[in-house]
Amino acid sequence: MPKRVGIEVSLAASEAACAADVDVIAADPVTPQTHIVEHLSELVADGELDAEFMPVESEHSAMSACIGAAAAGARTFTATSAPGLALMHEIVFIAPSLRTPIVMVVANRALSGPISIWNDHSDIMAERDCGWIQTFAENGQEVFDLIIHAFRVAEDPEVLLPVIVNMDGFTLSHVIEPIEMLSASEVSEYLKPYNPQMVLDPREPITMGPVGVPEMYTEARYQAESVLNGSKKVIVKAWKEFAKLYGRSYKPIETYRTEGAEVVLMTMGSVTETAMTAVDRMREKGIEVGLMRFRLWRPFPVQEFRRAVKGIKALAVVDRAISFGAQGGPVCSKVKSALYGAPDQPQVFGFISGLGGRDITVEMFEEIVKKAIRYATKGKGPMYELIGVRER
Amino acid sequence: MMDATPRDFKKFTRKSLPRVEALAQGHRACQGCGEILALRMALKAMGKNIIVASATGCMEIVTSSYPQTAWEVPWIHVAFENAAAVASGIEAGRKALMRKGRLRKQRTTIVAMAGDGGTADIGIQALSGALERGHDFVYICLDNEAYMNTGIQRSSATPYGAMTTTSPPGKLSIGQHTWKKNVPAIAAAHGIPYVATASPAYYLDLMNKAKKAAMIKGPAYLHLYSPCPTGWRLAPERAVEISRLAVRTNIFPLYEVVDGQYILTKKIKKPKPVEEYLKLQGRFRHLDKKTIQEIQDRVDREYEALVQKAAVAEAEEESTEEAEK
Repeated sequence: MPKRVGIEVSLAASEAACAADVDVIAADPVTPQTHIVEHLSELVADGELDAEFMPVESEHSAMSACIGAAAAGARTFTATSAPGLALMHEIVFIAPSLRTPIVMVVANRALSGPISIWNDHSDIMAERDCGWIQTFAENGQEVFDLIIHAFRVAEDPEVLLPVIVNMDGFTLSHVIEPIEMLSASEVSEYLKPYNPQMVLDPREPITMGPVGVPEMYTEARYQAESVLNGSKKVIVKAWKEFAKLYGRSYKPIETYRTEGAEVVLMTMGSVTETAMTAVDRMREKGIEVGLMRFRLWRPFPVQEFRRAVKGIKALAVVDRAISFGAQGGPVCSKVKSALYGAPDQPQVFGFISGLGGRDITVEMFEEIVKKAIRYATKGKGPMYELIGVRER
Repeated sequence: MMDATPRDFKKFTRKSLPRVEALAQGHRACQGCGEILALRMALKAMGKNIIVASATGCMEIVTSSYPQTAWEVPWIHVAFENAAAVASGIEAGRKALMRKGRLRKQRTTIVAMAGDGGTADIGIQALSGALERGHDFVYICLDNEAYMNTGIQRSSATPYGAMTTTSPPGKLSIGQHTWKKNVPAIAAAHGIPYVATASPAYYLDLMNKAKKAAMIKGPAYLHLYSPCPTGWRLAPERAVEISRLAVRTNIFPLYEVVDGQYILTKKIKKPKPVEEYLKLQGRFRHLDKKTIQEIQDRVDREYEALVQKAAVAEAEEESTEEAEK
């Protein structure tokens, strides 16, 4: 039986990579990702993990080295946060095109400026169209499980795409939680050794990353889009098998007390647990509110989402990033576009909160729900609202 | 000081040139391209047990236009500025897999290649990181002294006075107004076992250096003179001639840095005036006598400094022998 231990979530993330028996880790330190790579370097130094730990000079080189290692047939892991993710941006887009199944944990942090080391989702939202599979963890257990799941999906011969596991910086990365840790041998039942389809090997030379002339580029991009959309089947199947083996089940979209709900809050990441408390409190007061969150962000689970919102009158989408100049947050925009043309759509109201490490409290969620109920009754609300902003 | 040259290193001779080709015919390089010539020689010397990570640039686009490829060895291109980082990942990945018994133990030469823009400018950070980390790989800089692939823009390796599309001569400009960045010296400053410069006009020297670089364990840096007739406004049939002149004028001296020791591999007894080199190329056509003299003085000074460095190394060696006696 797996051991349940109290452990810092970052360390649990490292332990997950260790249990997956990664071959190469290439990373540069950036707050709040640091504890993950510190612990991995310890595991390698102590001989508990047989891997090459590459302390590269930048995140740009981290992702480049990961691509090289994966192209050579190695199971490859990295972790980063906002400035590091932004620096590797160019290479992040190339990894799926080369079909390199890298797993990356992003300890979500606000993008500069002003410089902020604290949590929001602006870093990952800037990479949302990068072609990677992207999941969001709500708690430490999910971080551990999603990393194991990420390797399984990434390396599936039908997928061969890189995966990002998002976890909130500090609010999740730096807290100690009780987590059921699977050992390498327990994981080995679920995650077989990486069996790459094509590798850089002098015995069978291949050319990777050629020039995509206009006659070829569209088709290459179409393939990238098809394989990412097609990966959802594998993602869901891998979660089902995970549940069978380890007893914890995961879905692309999770709902909480949505039965008969008038308004449903939509969240991502660790604020979900705060939102649950708010839902419980309001339900006690007789307010019919529920909660929904995306665990799978890319590929966007559009059918599951449309099914989940059936019968719901209003959605209050809480974004933790601003899509500048677009009058709203990126999640709310996606939600609206996913609903466009669907029958019996709920009304959608966008709220932006929790930027750069500012807490979203239970009271703030209550305020958001109250506003959404008011707007829904009136039949209209503002394009979006920034909750908790001081204007002076 | 220990010489990094492997004991089993045997020089190529005119009679023992390898027949192996890693780069097939039919690529799309310009007529008279000296860069692909230098690359071909280096690859011939290193054999087929190699994996190549290429930066974006002329050599990448002329060899890899999908669905065709000129590469008969495993080859990967990721981006412009990261060839060294990609190569370091390949090396680390294979090392881990061999240690874990999932890949047959065998030494394969990992090669990173980039132009001067991809080396001296945008790729210098990734290069420095990979050299510092000590990966077992060969980095080849194919120096054609500007960003040729994008249309002849200046780089920090463009020589003083040269005309490029972003260092145009004008009323207020002589063209490139900075002196060529000394990347071999920067590479050598990392304390790596092997650095060498080579020119396709001296093909045996080039191939022997490439072979040695591949055999030496740890990072090796090769700086290859790569004349670009298109960008230099040079007659295509003169690529080899200009390569020879660059050495004979001391503009591009040939040397090795073996474990920190500078060794001149070609000593020029009576160097030719730089003007002979400059006048063959349209990129220097606008230079006046004064500027040419300025270039001559700088070349003389730099060559003298190089000779001094090499001489110092020899003197130290002698004094060590004295002490041992």
